[in-house]
Amino acid sequence: MSVAEVEEAITRAHRAEWARVVAALARRFGDLDLAEDAAAEAFATAVERWPTDGVPPNPGGWLTTTANRKAIDRIRREQKRDGKQKEAQMWLTDPPDPEPLGAIDDDRLRLIFTCCHPALSMEARTALTLRLVGGLTVPEISRAFLVQESTMGQRITRGKAKIAAARIPYRVPSVEDLPERVSGVLAVLYLVFNEGYLATGPETEPVRRDLTDEAIRLTRMIRLLLPDDGEVAGLLALMLLTEARRAARVSASGELVRLDEQDRATWDTALIAEGHQIVRERLAAAASGVAPGRYQILAAINAVHTSARDMRDTDWSQVVALYDQLLRVDPSPIVALNRAVAVAELDGPEVGLAMVDRLEGELSGYHAYHATRADLLRRLDRRGEAKDAYGRAIELAGNTAETAYLVRSRDELT
Amino acid sequence: MQYLVSVIDDRTNSATAEEMATITTFNEGLVADGHWVFAGGLAAPATATVIDDRSGRGIVTDGPFLETKEYLSGFWIMEASDLDVALKLAGEASRACNRRVEVRPFL
Repeated sequence: MSVAEVEEAITRAHRAEWARVVAALARRFGDLDLAEDAAAEAFATAVERWPTDGVPPNPGGWLTTTANRKAIDRIRREQKRDGKQKEAQMWLTDPPDPEPLGAIDDDRLRLIFTCCHPALSMEARTALTLRLVGGLTVPEISRAFLVQESTMGQRITRGKAKIAAARIPYRVPSVEDLPERVSGVLAVLYLVFNEGYLATGPETEPVRRDLTDEAIRLTRMIRLLLPDDGEVAGLLALMLLTEARRAARVSASGELVRLDEQDRATWDTALIAEGHQIVRERLAAAASGVAPGRYQILAAINAVHTSARDMRDTDWSQVVALYDQLLRVDPSPIVALNRAVAVAELDGPEVGLAMVDRLEGELSGYHAYHATRADLLRRLDRRGEAKDAYGRAIELAGNTAETAYLVRSRDELT
Repeated sequence: MQYLVSVIDDRTNSATAEEMATITTFNEGLVADGHWVFAGGLAAPATATVIDDRSGRGIVTDGPFLETKEYLSGFWIMEASDLDVALKLAGEASRACNRRVEVRPFL
């Protein structure tokens, strides 16, 4: 086996097995710190040994066994050093899950729900999920969120310390709590995806594929574990249909390309087909009386966009109807703004602008509010006002490609 | 595992008779289900006294130690197997006393 093949096997094993190894260790030893360190040591040992010993026939089994051994070694070392039995651990008894969640009983689910527990801050949840479930290194996560490595390391350490001290359980939530807890997990994954898709910061790449890929991978994993959850499916479809347009979304010169100017031939048809398939399944479920949540509705909106040959071919009345539905589930001004954009396509920019203007009080600090106004004013040939609005949007925008697009649009008005 | 459930308020002894009755019912439930350890209401922070006797000189100063608009006006100490159980009980406590509460584990 060549060096490249061994490296490939290690990367593949890391992607496939990391979460499983950490989750199994956490279950067995009741200690996330120990689980994380022992898993990391096992993978480091693989990097050391596989090139000479060869890749074992069952890499996952090898990694689990090695990690277990590392964990036991560490406990023994600590006992010897402290001269006493290790203090009581996090999960002394194995609390049975309140009710079985169908056929799949997987420690990875426990790990995910623990990392995304509502008692943890959103920042801690994101960091813990990427580290313990995703297997990203602390330097990788720090780069992704543009914070110092020491800050990110501390965030993860504090999160684990709170889990241990407050005794956040290592358990799949009860059936009654499940929808809310799943939506907490999905919020973390969507945040990771969006940070990748609309990366902020003046020095960053406009699209961070490491983050979008990781978010999609983790959402796929959760879908395998919770196959009947409509919102998990909805979020996956939403990510796939958004990711499908990635190549068309930023021009060669690094500028954001508006939907109506995107080269639809470069959209990824495989991702679109997969996303559409999920949306169709959810529509069938909705038809049988299961009310869709926000991710399913957002996925359906994106399915309409990705079904159209061009902007004019888009079924805008369908898009507006879906936004109406979304507003009932999530009555936020940002949803109202996006609805107004669709209304502008259906009933003209003047009608859309009137709706947008009503949102000023809530959205005047949000770059997309000004960018949307600017675009509608431009189409109404109200150039002076459009220029001012582009100016406000440029001040507030954080994504490099978006800023470049806004600057050009403003400059074209003179 | 024990948790401190602190009641956050900006007034003292402000519970209505109705709230007191609900709290009593809730407390009876805690006792019946084995979650009860202790609970009580506290007098206003202005009644607090700080004493520092580390040097043996018994320095007494007028309290409170921390001056804040909102403060601890009462608390429960509850027995719960994990944070999820504690949070559920604390939610009921918050409804019973009609105040925000904070949950903090004992070491």
